[in-house]
Amino acid sequence: MTGLKKFLFPLIVLTAVVLTGVTTQARAASKAIILATTTSTQDSGLLDVLIPAFEKESGYAVKTIAVGSGQAMAMGKKGEADVLLVHSPDAEKKFIEEGAGINRRLVMHNDFVIVGHPGDPAKIRGSKTSAEAIRKIAQANALFLSRGDNSGTHAKEKGLWKAAGIIPEGQKWYQQTGLGMGQTLNVAAEKKGYTLADRGTYLSLKKTLGLGILVEGDPLLLNIYHVIEVNPAKWPKVNAAGAKAFADFMVSKKVQEIIGKFGVDKFGAPLFFPDAGKKVESLGL
Amino acid sequence: MDLFWEGIAKAVALLAALDREVLAITWLSLKVSGIATLISLVIGISSGTLLALSDFPGKRLVISIVNTGMGLPPVVVGLFVTIFLWRNGPFGFLEILYTPTAMIIAQSIIATPIVTGITVASIHNLPPNLKLQILALGATRWQMVLILIREARLPLLAGVMAGFGGVISEVGASIMVGGNIKGYSRVLTTATVMETSRGNFDVAIALSLILLLLCFAVNYVLTRIQHRKRPR
Amino acid sequence: MTALAPLLEVKDLIMVRGGVQVLDIPSLLLQENEVLSIIGPNGSGKSTLLLTLASLLHPTAGEMRCRGEIISSRRSSGVYRRRLAMVFQEPLLFDTSVFDNVATGLKIRGLSRNEIKERVERSLELFNIRHLSDRSARKLSGGEAQRTSLARAFAINPEIIMLDEPFASLDPPTRLALIDDLERILKETGTAAVMATHDQLDALRLSDRMAVMNGGRIIQDGPPVEVMHRPSDEFVASFVGMENVLNGKVVAQEGGVLTVTLADQLIEFPGMSAPGEKALFCIRPEHITITTSDPRGATSARNIFPATIRKIIPMGAYHKLYLECGFPLIAYLTSQSVGTLHLAEGAQIFASFKATAVHLIRSGA
Repeated sequence: MTGLKKFLFPLIVLTAVVLTGVTTQARAASKAIILATTTSTQDSGLLDVLIPAFEKESGYAVKTIAVGSGQAMAMGKKGEADVLLVHSPDAEKKFIEEGAGINRRLVMHNDFVIVGHPGDPAKIRGSKTSAEAIRKIAQANALFLSRGDNSGTHAKEKGLWKAAGIIPEGQKWYQQTGLGMGQTLNVAAEKKGYTLADRGTYLSLKKTLGLGILVEGDPLLLNIYHVIEVNPAKWPKVNAAGAKAFADFMVSKKVQEIIGKFGVDKFGAPLFFPDAGKKVESLGL
Repeated sequence: MDLFWEGIAKAVALLAALDREVLAITWLSLKVSGIATLISLVIGISSGTLLALSDFPGKRLVISIVNTGMGLPPVVVGLFVTIFLWRNGPFGFLEILYTPTAMIIAQSIIATPIVTGITVASIHNLPPNLKLQILALGATRWQMVLILIREARLPLLAGVMAGFGGVISEVGASIMVGGNIKGYSRVLTTATVMETSRGNFDVAIALSLILLLLCFAVNYVLTRIQHRKRPR
Repeated sequence: MTALAPLLEVKDLIMVRGGVQVLDIPSLLLQENEVLSIIGPNGSGKSTLLLTLASLLHPTAGEMRCRGEIISSRRSSGVYRRRLAMVFQEPLLFDTSVFDNVATGLKIRGLSRNEIKERVERSLELFNIRHLSDRSARKLSGGEAQRTSLARAFAINPEIIMLDEPFASLDPPTRLALIDDLERILKETGTAAVMATHDQLDALRLSDRMAVMNGGRIIQDGPPVEVMHRPSDEFVASFVGMENVLNGKVVAQEGGVLTVTLADQLIEFPGMSAPGEKALFCIRPEHITITTSDPRGATSARNIFPATIRKIIPMGAYHKLYLECGFPLIAYLTSQSVGTLHLAEGAQIFASFKATAVHLIRSGA
């Protein structure tokens, strides 16, 4: 039955080829590290610049998993990531206290801004503090879009509500998207609502959004990124050397310079400010 | 609508310039989904044929389960594959989470019930006496099975199309188990999601168009095979 | 010993499916070169018997021997299956060319390319379809498709061929042409055959022996002429076209000739019985002669009755006449005769038949 052989033979050969491919790939994986980070670092394009440079320099292959800060730390707690680049300071401190991570180092910051439709129905423009601004939003029952995804931005936003003494959950004007920063900004633009965004992502999306910065400059709105190595004592499968190499790379002088210049050519201003070696307090908190 | 036309223009520009990254993403999409489809064909056609030809109590139940599996939500598959492939999960030692291999596994799991279900239906749709006729021509059981599969090849090709179309266009599982890693596990769908969230709608539209073209090309070729000129 | 053993021998075959006994065949034989037809109504078990004989179904109990060798294990039935072929009512062709269809059985047997080509061509030649060789099997007429199916079966030179209603889906001219060819081919090749059919004329035409089945049993088994003319009971009688099955009372018996009374008429025919007993007998409709004038003196027929034509039904080449002569009688007449005799419903005519045209099914108290 030559016709049947013709039909089956390629299938069998291909399966064999695939399976060999699978095993070789598995072997190559030990030179890989998993970086769990926030969508903002990926969406701003910063990692597209830094990761190839690190890979070239160190020989490690980086698997960047861009999720919210909350999920990134959840992966770290299970030992499913090697190194984290996150921006949710309170949760990070808890993460370190629990012994899930080591060597938390300041990398950079930018800041959050409250953005909204230029029409500004709640009249928050000119508010002195972020707390005042969001109180106005609540009083005006103006639509506010929350990430609602346990990301660093979401954590920051919850902190703002807490500081203002308002419980927004369950209010009609308060909607949670459950999406990343870029998509939440898109939703806010479509629905003409307010939202809290990191400046980097906002700037990179500005051209298509039609949203304006209404409140900025409040020390509470600082967005601080730390690099954390997942504790190898707790999770023996963690690639400790790779994680350390990446963390060292991020705070190195050369990379800090790159960070300081990133975005200048495109937006006229840097998206991030390098902070390696500084104390958090010196940022004006 | 301006955005749409800009997107088209950008897509044409990207394609015309043979943008290396776009080509790599396209090639990976084809490779991952193609291999996943092939694996699902091997598993799906053999288990589907076995299921269609055998008779046992609970066969209807099994077929119902397979048919339900034809609509297996990719994110559910992605979640379970992720859990199994975690470093500290049962198959963590393979170290294949966030690799194209993991994507192939997840997509195979999505496509296999589709191919199995269509195989069962195709074999059931053959004339009931055909099996006896083949045996009466002196075939062994194995020869009979091969001839039956050959007779069902046209509806089975529809299964190939459905399987391939299902996996190349899914995003949930690919992003969960592949991680959308630049230059490594980024495929057309995950890249489209990311570019959309980055606000690069033109690139997102370009990638979508490539995906559509790809699906069209594969289905066109398979349809041509299905309708290819038969003997006079 | 195998030389003397019949080609196929079945003993005490029982088949139970879904708790119902569908076959009960105490004994059945098939000799070399013999064509056996199995006739019976739908659901009588013909197909089941054929599939069992082809070893495609496994009997619940019983024994099958091919040339004396028992077919029992999966292995021996596999070897046995390679010695036979089967053709179904549907052609069941594969979606490929006619040539490849006919070659299938040979490819399965792993024959060389040259041998396959030679045997396929010979088989196509046998069924006069060599010109269809390259045609797609999907684009054949009903007759061409069934010829291809038969050519595919004959290509493997089977010792026995099982034919399950092979002509049932064909229109009459196609059917007749194919029966002509099949009759010739069976003779030429000397292939033994078992053919299931519900048409006694096909069976009469093709077979050396005829078995009538009903309810999973063989009611009567013998040469076709005997079954047709001497049915063993009313079921066989009606099934083989003995449309006139009549009940009378024996009034006299003399020299092997019975005189039976029925509706005040006397009918004479050969048979042994005692006066006073009931007699069940039958007459084939084509054996009844119709005349417009009293044929007494002009015919040797002993039984002559004046009759009224109740109804005439044209059946193509012949007409079916429902007569009333005290008792109902059905007669077949060529359409030509109906015309020349100017027969019409309500006409008064004479029906006559020879004593030897009557078959006594049974008699008793």
